[in-house]
Amino acid sequence: MDKITALIVDDSSVMRKIVERSLRQAGIELEKVVEASNGAEALTALQSNVVDLILCDINMPVMDGLEFVRQAAKLEKAKGIPIVMITTEGSESHVVQALTAGARGYIRKPFTPDQVKEHVLPVLGKKQ
Amino acid sequence: MTTDTSLVTRSHEENWLPIIELAVEEVFEMMVGCRVKVAAQSENKPNEEFTAMVGLAGALCGILAVCCDAKTAGEIAKRMLGDTADSQEQVADALGEICNMIAGNFKNKLSGSGDRCMLSVPTVISGGEYSFHSLADGTCLETVLLFEGAPIAVRLQLES
Amino acid sequence: MTPVTAFAKPSRGQNWLPLLERATQEVFEIMLGCQVTRAEPSEPKVPGGFTAIVGLAGALCGVVTVCCGAKTAGQIAKAMLGDTADSAGQAVDALGEMCNMIAGNFKNKLTGTDERCMLSVPSVISGGEYRFHSLAQGNSMETVVLFEDAPVSIRLQLQN
Repeated sequence: MDKITALIVDDSSVMRKIVERSLRQAGIELEKVVEASNGAEALTALQSNVVDLILCDINMPVMDGLEFVRQAAKLEKAKGIPIVMITTEGSESHVVQALTAGARGYIRKPFTPDQVKEHVLPVLGKKQ
Repeated sequence: MTTDTSLVTRSHEENWLPIIELAVEEVFEMMVGCRVKVAAQSENKPNEEFTAMVGLAGALCGILAVCCDAKTAGEIAKRMLGDTADSQEQVADALGEICNMIAGNFKNKLSGSGDRCMLSVPTVISGGEYSFHSLADGTCLETVLLFEGAPIAVRLQLES
Repeated sequence: MTPVTAFAKPSRGQNWLPLLERATQEVFEIMLGCQVTRAEPSEPKVPGGFTAIVGLAGALCGVVTVCCGAKTAGQIAKAMLGDTADSAGQAVDALGEMCNMIAGNFKNKLTGTDERCMLSVPSVISGGEYRFHSLAQGNSMETVVLFEDAPVSIRLQLQN
């Protein structure tokens, strides 16, 4: 499996570390991890990093995850990069909003590395 | 389903302790990588040197709090973040996130009222000498679980 | 941007500190019958003492805290409940209610958010030695007022 660059977007530094760890535990080899603490920072990060995968929380200051997904859809540099939401928000309406906005997957916290594998590998185009 | 969610809530609250316990077990297993088990009634409660709390508002109104001693809080942070978790702030962040996920996991397991309940931002109190009082005057559900033998108290206090 | 958050986001240039100050002053005036004055920023911060916390959830996500010394908490209780208010428990209740009312009054002053932002149940921490840590990552604002010449700190910490 090729190594990938992941952009992890969450306002909690604790959660960003946990998401990175879960990716590695899921067997996803990481070339580089780019971190952002809100959607606006993530959009900036996309301008200067070549990213293969984005994992994004919903509730964040400055720009939340749903708005980030909508804005990323307009960015040339973000075209084709799969976005998977990782969030505590579990309601049906949040899932629908995220997927409608353009997210390719939705993982509810808490999550296991297996759940990360289950949701991330397909969007990376890799078999489980 | 009745449209009066308050009736639904009150009639089901007594059944919520197992749901809270399951929510806690799942969070610890998935996010901390270890199993916790419900402590026997006779087990000691924790020395509450760290209290993480998150507010619930909407269909459910209350507080969910997670309490443990400083050593346990530090261990939880290390399990979550690795050995780099060495500052008070990181320990507080880790415990706050655990509390947030337990509350979110719990409310997602409630059919109906969970969707109409939102969480506030977690806060963490730490120190050697403090008392925590909630003004919730309704049901109080408490469970103590053992994390590597150390007690962690999880308390859900609801407004009547 | 979803309509629910359209009015609430402080990043839209709204200065909410005057609203928080006004909300505080009104609650002190209406509930305690006294006018409070804004304290200068150089006033010493209250150590330990009492901290009341209320969570905000929904269109606004964060916490409102009201912090003062133990003596001041007792004086607030007396002003609210009369001279019979002499127990620590009543001081806790009174401060919790003040925090609840300040938070509610503040959010009601924000156009369009009152029904989309809800409050959790207030909690109060009291003690000689504790640290308070919020996981809120957004804007934070504070006003300090003098009540009976003692500082009372009111802080709003936002997640979004």
